[in-house]
Amino acid sequence: MLDRYLNVSPDADRKQKARFDKWLSGENIPFTDPDAAAAYRERVTLIKDAIQLKKTPARIPICPSAGFFPVQYAGVTMFDAMYDYDILTQAWKKYCHDFTPDAYNAPTTIVPGKLLDILDFKLCKWPGRGVSKEQQYQYVEKEYMKAEEYQDLIDDPTGYFMSIYFPRIFGSLKSLEKMPLLPPVNEIPCVPPASLPFETEEVQSTLKTLMEAGKETGRWLTAVRRINRSIMGKGYPAFSGGFTKAPFDVIGDTLRGTIGVMMDIYRHPEELMEACERLTPFMVKSGVASCKAAGHIMPFIPLHKGADGFMSDEQFRTFYWPTLRKLIIGLVDEGCVPQLFAEGGYNQRLETICDVPKGKTVWWFDLTDMNRAKKTVGQVACIAGNVPLSLLCTATTDDVKAYCKNLMDVAGRDGGFIFSTGAGMQGAKADNVKAMIDFAKRYAGG
Amino acid sequence: MSEKLVDAMVRMREPEALSLAAKMLNDGVHPLKVLEQCREAVEKVGKQFELGKYFLPELVMAGEMLKKISAMAEPFLKYDAEDKTAGLGKVVLGSVKGDIHDIGKDIVKFLLDVNGFEVHDLGVDVPPERFLEAIKEVQPEVVGMSALLTTVFESMKNTVAAIKDAGLREDVKIMIGGGTVTEEVRAYSGADAYGKDAVAAVNLAKEWVAAK
Repeated sequence: MLDRYLNVSPDADRKQKARFDKWLSGENIPFTDPDAAAAYRERVTLIKDAIQLKKTPARIPICPSAGFFPVQYAGVTMFDAMYDYDILTQAWKKYCHDFTPDAYNAPTTIVPGKLLDILDFKLCKWPGRGVSKEQQYQYVEKEYMKAEEYQDLIDDPTGYFMSIYFPRIFGSLKSLEKMPLLPPVNEIPCVPPASLPFETEEVQSTLKTLMEAGKETGRWLTAVRRINRSIMGKGYPAFSGGFTKAPFDVIGDTLRGTIGVMMDIYRHPEELMEACERLTPFMVKSGVASCKAAGHIMPFIPLHKGADGFMSDEQFRTFYWPTLRKLIIGLVDEGCVPQLFAEGGYNQRLETICDVPKGKTVWWFDLTDMNRAKKTVGQVACIAGNVPLSLLCTATTDDVKAYCKNLMDVAGRDGGFIFSTGAGMQGAKADNVKAMIDFAKRYAGG
Repeated sequence: MSEKLVDAMVRMREPEALSLAAKMLNDGVHPLKVLEQCREAVEKVGKQFELGKYFLPELVMAGEMLKKISAMAEPFLKYDAEDKTAGLGKVVLGSVKGDIHDIGKDIVKFLLDVNGFEVHDLGVDVPPERFLEAIKEVQPEVVGMSALLTTVFESMKNTVAAIKDAGLREDVKIMIGGGTVTEEVRAYSGADAYGKDAVAAVNLAKEWVAAK
């Protein structure tokens, strides 16, 4: 099925419409009053019109990426926000209340610290666990997958993750290495050996750990849902819902690591490409499922290793783009609008990434030249971005406003644009955030 | 044969480069000469990077080939020849307090090293005091600070301020870099320059050392 996800299915338009209708309806949102319901629909419509490129939205939607800014703004630590869901709730509501962007970011990136403790998570250091309580969680670069394991990953991605990768990245789940291969369990004599691992004390304790993890996630999610309903109830949709990643980044970020994957381009090119292909359907399905669970239309897709400087154009077109494009098509086929967050610069990639179905994606830029983006990708996709974090963290409110004005003049003309920041706003000065949002709203005519 | 080694490395032909190096060493070519060829190759790779023809995969591969050939040359190196060149200059390097990212810093370190600098790597999450201690001890011409997170621009600023308060600001040139670092951050932190990539960092260091 190598030709899967190459062309958009004839059903894509119908499915996109159904998803937009559902998102727009705001069903199940406890609106505070009819005005809030109307404001919610107006804001969703602004975003929808910007995405579809069929007509110019009534005004430019203002949707900065909050990142971890609400935590610092509330004067609490990252540790508090990750470990105390009431504190998280207050911080998030305060940010949304004080700044009122058109769309907010659900607090799902503030993952529950207790869950990470229970699982003894190894991929990151987080506040109070390796970095200070004030600091955000940070990824620990390492080769979590060995170069010689490509074939195992390709043969059976699920089995590889469960019994090799998970025991490495979750200290508490070490005994998952005893899990049996699943496809061989298909005949009566295969049942006893497959159930044997569950007899051991280690595996039973792992299962108990997972139950505990599930309970903690449930507690956190209850708080997150309450926050979401409260903010949406006042008339503000979420900017994204669901999450997935480019297959190359799955391997390059947290399996092989940056250095590992860069070497693989030379040492294991065929296996690298095949592994990306094997992971693609997983990334499509998880993107669709998580987006659907959030009742949204835009799964968030942070793009990492394909940025300018990381690889040549030829390497981008060979290793990175083919399976990212398949991911995009797979999501579009299911009516989703991939929200492609191109971290860093994407100036070298603009021509290549124009090869997407029109009016069905959002390309969210960071350090990319928005004038060029508008002329290229902007012809086939909604572009978003890109107030630089360096500006929000260090400059004056006048500098910020001047940047915003120019950005909206350049990228915002004739629609197809969502005003946003180049990255999550952690570290930004509150005055600058306020100046940015207030100015952008006023200038957009909102 | 030495030109062939340089060529194989620059063209990213790893197996060929390794077997050429092994043959040279076995044939009695002085190990330092072999390593000199490797250094030349890495420098050429850096040039290609600067020209926008090579990127991270090639920098990483050049470093890997150099590492492997250095290991091969090790047994041939007699300890009489602790022929360490005086070095172009000294650089103290680290990811600033609050930031534990090291990929960018390590690439800068590797290229500075290959280009003849004596690099003192303080690691990650380095508080201003440790930068100060190292500056006093090593007396470098250049201090390099790395950061990926936007929340640690403050750390950069504080570190520059601490260097100034200690009366050491005139003794060193300070360069900063990292994925989120721009000219605005440079101005905010009070550093002398920012480099957009690892080759830029080497060029800055060379320029500053030459001007001394």
